[in-house]
Amino acid sequence: MAAHRCSRPVWLFILCSLSVFVIAGSHDTTVTHEQRAGVVDDPQTAAETAGQTAEQTAAEERQWEATEVREATPDDAAAEKQDTPAPETVVLQSFPQPKDDFQEELVVRPLHSGDIYASFQFRTQWETDFMRGNKVSHYRLFPKSLGQVISKFSVRELHISFTQGYWRTMQWGQPFLPSPPGAELWVWFQDSVTDVDATWKELTNVLSGIFCASLNFIDSTNTVQPSASFKPLGTGNVTDHRFLRYATLPREIVCTENLTPWKKLLPCGSKTGLAVLLKSEKLFHSSFHSQAVHIRPVCQDWQCKTTSWELRQTLNVVFDLHNSGQGKREWSLFKMFSRTLTEACPLASSSKIYIDITDNPEGEQFELSPATSLLSQAVVLGDRRTFSVYDLTQPATFGSVRSLNLLIRWKSNEGHMLRPLLHAERYVAGYGLQTGEIHTLMYNYHPYRSFPVLLLDTVPWYLRLYIHTLTVTSKGKDNQPSYIHYQPSKDRVRPHLLEMLVQLPPNSVTEVTVQFERALLKWTEYTPDPNHGFYVGSSVISALVPSIVAMDTNNTRERPLFSSFFPCKEESSYFVRVYTEPLLVNLPTPDFSMPYNVICLTCTVVAVGYGSLYNLLTRSFQIEEPSPGLAKRIANVIRKMRGVPPL
Amino acid sequence: MAAPLTLLLIVAVTIRAALFRSSLAELIAERVEVVSPITAWKRVVEGLALLDLGVSPYSGDVFHETPLIIYLFHFLVDYAEITFMLADVITAVALYMAVKEYNKQVFRKQKFALEADRYPLDCLELIRSPKEMYYVPLKVAMFYLLNPFTILSCVAKSTCGLNNTVIGLFVFSTIKGNVLLSAIFLCLATYQSIYPLTLCAPAMLYLMQRQYIPVNIRRASFWWFIVQYLFMYLGSLFVLICLSFFLLGSWDYMPSVYGFILSVPDLTPNIGLFWYFFAEMFEHFRLFFLCVFQINVFFYTIPLSIKLKEHPVFLIFMQLAVISIFKSYPTVGDIALYMAFLPVWSHLHRFLRNIFLVSCVLLACSALFPVLWHLWIYAGSANSNFYYAITLLFNVAQILLVSDYFYAFLRREHHLTYGLYLKRKDGSEATLVLK
Repeated sequence: MAAHRCSRPVWLFILCSLSVFVIAGSHDTTVTHEQRAGVVDDPQTAAETAGQTAEQTAAEERQWEATEVREATPDDAAAEKQDTPAPETVVLQSFPQPKDDFQEELVVRPLHSGDIYASFQFRTQWETDFMRGNKVSHYRLFPKSLGQVISKFSVRELHISFTQGYWRTMQWGQPFLPSPPGAELWVWFQDSVTDVDATWKELTNVLSGIFCASLNFIDSTNTVQPSASFKPLGTGNVTDHRFLRYATLPREIVCTENLTPWKKLLPCGSKTGLAVLLKSEKLFHSSFHSQAVHIRPVCQDWQCKTTSWELRQTLNVVFDLHNSGQGKREWSLFKMFSRTLTEACPLASSSKIYIDITDNPEGEQFELSPATSLLSQAVVLGDRRTFSVYDLTQPATFGSVRSLNLLIRWKSNEGHMLRPLLHAERYVAGYGLQTGEIHTLMYNYHPYRSFPVLLLDTVPWYLRLYIHTLTVTSKGKDNQPSYIHYQPSKDRVRPHLLEMLVQLPPNSVTEVTVQFERALLKWTEYTPDPNHGFYVGSSVISALVPSIVAMDTNNTRERPLFSSFFPCKEESSYFVRVYTEPLLVNLPTPDFSMPYNVICLTCTVVAVGYGSLYNLLTRSFQIEEPSPGLAKRIANVIRKMRGVPPL
Repeated sequence: MAAPLTLLLIVAVTIRAALFRSSLAELIAERVEVVSPITAWKRVVEGLALLDLGVSPYSGDVFHETPLIIYLFHFLVDYAEITFMLADVITAVALYMAVKEYNKQVFRKQKFALEADRYPLDCLELIRSPKEMYYVPLKVAMFYLLNPFTILSCVAKSTCGLNNTVIGLFVFSTIKGNVLLSAIFLCLATYQSIYPLTLCAPAMLYLMQRQYIPVNIRRASFWWFIVQYLFMYLGSLFVLICLSFFLLGSWDYMPSVYGFILSVPDLTPNIGLFWYFFAEMFEHFRLFFLCVFQINVFFYTIPLSIKLKEHPVFLIFMQLAVISIFKSYPTVGDIALYMAFLPVWSHLHRFLRNIFLVSCVLLACSALFPVLWHLWIYAGSANSNFYYAITLLFNVAQILLVSDYFYAFLRREHHLTYGLYLKRKDGSEATLVLK
């Protein structure tokens, strides 16, 4: 007892000393952090003093100059490095200092349906080589967990997205980065990988841990190797699709536990910068939520002599403010995210908010406050859009209250949306649980141009596709695909893969139908809610769509004459990927409650067959002698005991 | 005799042609009782489509027919209906001629036995008369051609009809005593669906009987014949397998055809015992029960051959019935084949014990299959147990039918040896029991 009592103060002492150490340590790190931030801030202040109320291009230039300045003073960087702990310095001195860069931006687009589309993009670029023999061990902006994944699994490109809800193309237009409902993962491996399937399996399990998602359910039954639909987006022209793996989990439910690890990958975490806005209680109270991570090698300079790794973290969300705003169409950062912005991420070289004001050039539709004079034009998805820009690295942006709360107040409800040129939908036809038919409808709304699309369908093995029933019709006529890549499924091993190149005639609907048969599975292969149905992942439609800018034949718009003769322009077509709805298909189910009964009953029938044949095989016919009655038998037993001959 | 047969053939072909033209054909082709994953015409067409796309038909899990079938239909796909009608007609004619020949031999044997006074005196009413035997071949052809099961199978273009043709030709060439053709057709049948392997035993017994080779394991001639037959059988099997290999240039078809038959991965409902059993099976017992169920099909061959070594044609019938009941993907076409033999045993009718009950059950089950399927799959008001219960009952009825015929056959043989009206020791009328 006494010993026990004595031990208490000892524990307390240990705890106290530990906490002191911890605090001291954290103090050290904060100091270095501040110093770093100071270094980063320096060029910003330089840019600030140069002048703020210039045009956007000038601002860009200045900023660009500023980065030059920073790079031109390696002494600063070296000095900064001196402050960091000793072991890291040793490592750093053996390598040239990796150049990394972080940018963040938020694009807000008011949608015609009254919803608000907010798209966050965080880009980290790092000029390093993960594939080098000696390991990369010093990470600054790039998340270490992903860097290790890249080098361990020899990943060339990695694209992963988690999406809750379905993007309604016809109401909302095209998203900046499309993604299918559920989880999607596609990876290009380096051609040095020998066993791609094993590496893929391991990678999915690791990513499953990193993102807290059920990616470990990706196995050979839902993995395909598309031959044409998913080309590498970064540098390197490897097109051997043996090194590509693509899988979707349409059933995956995305929630907070996926958002938190995603936010942790950001250099500033969710403490400062745009990431402050990412509060899960608001993000998941939305019509559409999609978060993604894209890793790819990109060119560092225009000659592409050096490549660097780009990590793009994107988060797209659509808020249904019209319904939740009690009929008042008003929108602000605070209303949407329940936070306002106070500063940019100190590590970011650029931090901007873009508000799409294309439909509102004169301010007749909505009013934006605080107003900004910075404008930017960009061709997004074949359409020339105008954006108001808020540069968060400029203190002036935050005004006197030191906080930025963007506000849009609608004035009128009207407004029309330019219909997206390509749209697709899909459904299952037929009734009963035996067969069915998948219908995929692809709409081309372009008035006079036809364009080809690549359709990729991945159908699980338990819906057995009959490829001979495949029909492609547009405008009532048979439309023969010019390219078909079909890989039939193997039961319990791999899914169906159907890829085809279809030409969509102008202003038409193209219908692709294929029949399937529903399989009866083993009772252990059903999900816990078998009558809910089985999901079939979205089909992916990849297309080079003629640009809306090129489509514009409206001569009334004021435009220089020299630019308007040939309809073809540099941005005459743009790449679009459209995902259809995932399908929910019911399968016939056995009765899950009676495996024992079935085993018993079937075995009984087999035993009846065996027994009756055995009976006839082993026995022979004999004349039946009547057996004596019971009384007689008892009498005989008694007589036998008495020693008298039986009756 | 030729005229009624021709008439029968015309009627049969007309019925089939009419059904092919009707809207029922599509409906029938989807029925799980009529087509199995192996024999479905839709899957054969799928195999051809895959071949056209440049994909091996065996790379997927839809096509499970043999390479020869796909090669055959590569040319005949436009004449599929005619092919299947022709297959039925050939089967019927082969069975007709086979039974005719068999009856001749039965009659001759019976005559010898009568002349040798081998039958007990009171057995005269068991002796078969030529008048009664005259129409048996025609009845066999009729039972095959006009059986609704055969018609359905033909209209669904189930490749089971082709299997039946091969087996029909095998029976015919065996009964005609052509050793080489018998071996070749048996090998073709085995190549198509493994299970006819068990018909090896009756074929050898019959051919030995015909060549007066005693079935005696101590005799060299017995073994010499077996070696000869097996050589022909295995030789043609080897040729067929190599031919299939060269047709598609790969061995993919082996696991896809035979692995599929033996390991039962496709649990699509059918009239057999496998599908629901293995859908509900515990995973760690799966292999064990798979082995038990598959061995069960082959298991009866040796005891049946020993018991029925004097009656190889009845043994063929028994084997066909056992195969069609216990095979992994049975269809009604398989049942139709062994049912075609029933008229051959029409003289056993007086010894059948529960033929009325069994035929009622079979009829009722046949009617209930589509009803319960509809309730389960389309209406959603029943579940899989309903359909499963009917398959169980249907199989019990088939087992009872077969064992009843077996019993009757054994009993008749017993009576032919010991007399029909047996007496007990005390002179009263005796009843026969199995002991």
